[in-house]
Amino acid sequence: MSLLTVSDLRVSYGGIEALKGISFSVEEGKIVTLIGANGAGKSTTLRTIAGLVKPASGKIEFEGKDITGHDAQKVVSGGIALVPEGRRVFDNLSVLENLRIGAYLRKDEAGIKSDIEHVYELFPRLKERHWQLAGTLSGGEQQMLAVGRAMMTRPKVMMMDEPSLGLAPLVVKDIFSIIKTLNESGMTILLIEQNANAALRCAHEGYVLETGRITMAGTCAELLNDQRVKGAYLGSASKK
Amino acid sequence: MFQRILPYLLAGISVGGQYALIAVGYTMVYGILRLINFAHGDIFTAAGFFMVYLTASGMPMYFSIPLVVILTVLLGFTVERVAYKPLRSAPRMSIMISAIGVSYLLQHLMWYITGGLTKQYPTIPWISDTVTVLGASTRRVTIITPFLVAALVVALVALIKKTKIGMAMRAVSRDFETAQLMGIKINNVISTTFIIGSALAAVGSFLFFSNYTAVSPPAGAMPGLKAFVAAVFGGIGSIPGAVFGALIIGICENFIKSVGYANFSDAFTFALLIVVLLFKPTGLFGEKTSEKV
Repeated sequence: MSLLTVSDLRVSYGGIEALKGISFSVEEGKIVTLIGANGAGKSTTLRTIAGLVKPASGKIEFEGKDITGHDAQKVVSGGIALVPEGRRVFDNLSVLENLRIGAYLRKDEAGIKSDIEHVYELFPRLKERHWQLAGTLSGGEQQMLAVGRAMMTRPKVMMMDEPSLGLAPLVVKDIFSIIKTLNESGMTILLIEQNANAALRCAHEGYVLETGRITMAGTCAELLNDQRVKGAYLGSASKK
Repeated sequence: MFQRILPYLLAGISVGGQYALIAVGYTMVYGILRLINFAHGDIFTAAGFFMVYLTASGMPMYFSIPLVVILTVLLGFTVERVAYKPLRSAPRMSIMISAIGVSYLLQHLMWYITGGLTKQYPTIPWISDTVTVLGASTRRVTIITPFLVAALVVALVALIKKTKIGMAMRAVSRDFETAQLMGIKINNVISTTFIIGSALAAVGSFLFFSNYTAVSPPAGAMPGLKAFVAAVFGGIGSIPGAVFGALIIGICENFIKSVGYANFSDAFTFALLIVVLLFKPTGLFGEKTSEKV
């Protein structure tokens, strides 16, 4: 039974169709990745699920309930978090406040406190800097904070929009190992990446998105070995 | 010498404090919406008229004063919901033009309702009494204003720094979309900002009109504009900046009056605006504007 199902989703921006009817599903406990070039509609997909963009048609179901067109606030309280592209931490808030604001809708102070501790265990660097303004953190630290902030919403699915974008190669490695760790602790993850190679090595299942359509789907092992994927997205990096 | 300038200094601090209460409303709204709420001065005037009419209806002061605050807050809230909220995703220029429209609408509504006659502001007992400070005779409101302003501003800054709604305000001021992803209802936060700004304008109106007792439809335009200059001078978006700017403007104005150039005192404020925009556009306490990426 899949946790999140998207069927025939269409989204338009001022007459231009960004998503031309895409369908995919995310099973509980899995890492699913959408790969594709710039402008293929990856971000639009996540933003639509998150409630920031209203779809023209199609259906989004989460835990069997129709959540199509719900407001962002309702989506996040339902258990879907989005780690936005470019991290978008609140640079005028401290690290701790950024985590607290992730728990904005929650009232369980004890649970919030223990979740903050949990985030600090996962990212000790954030604990060292908990009083600093988030704007003073490095790119990698900001990405960790953005993930921690999303964790504070207690999501059942975490969607990540280009978490490796603009980060140094070593930090990118860290980020993907964090994604693995999160997943091993039971988090379902929907990941979109331009770094197709790393994404497919990290995830269980993948979909290829091209100009608003899904053109390929399969397990990551299959996609990694697919000649078309190799040619278009993996380049020479696809050595076995 | 000191005896001669003391009344002007007192008056300057006092009127500066009154500008500050209006300026905070400008700067908070700008901080969140990047909108200069041109209607804010007219909301301040409306607060003056609410007091005039409620008192004329025979209502006792202890009842009319809180009611004026409530009505002013309702007006500010309604203006935001009707004239700004539907333009949330429109270009910033549209919402600015809407604000100018609301300003004229309110002003002309007040012309219509009052018939254009200047009304006498009711005397609020106690604060309008005359007192003597260090040999200078003045109204008690002059002495109270700086303390009241300081208390309100400290409370406001604490609200913004320490409370959950304050944290949400800071987050929304930086990034609407990401704030929504945290489950923050943007519209509630924006409404809260307008409510606080309008309430402070109402308090400002009690103090200001107890000093300058004539209420007419354009009565709030000049203090409104000066408060706006104060907000820009202090660095728009910064609350301490707005207060500091307002005090400077209030004191300078009165010193200019004290040396016999009373006619020039308004011009000074706007000359200051030009100088600030030319040499320090971000104001005294303004943040460096970094573009969102």
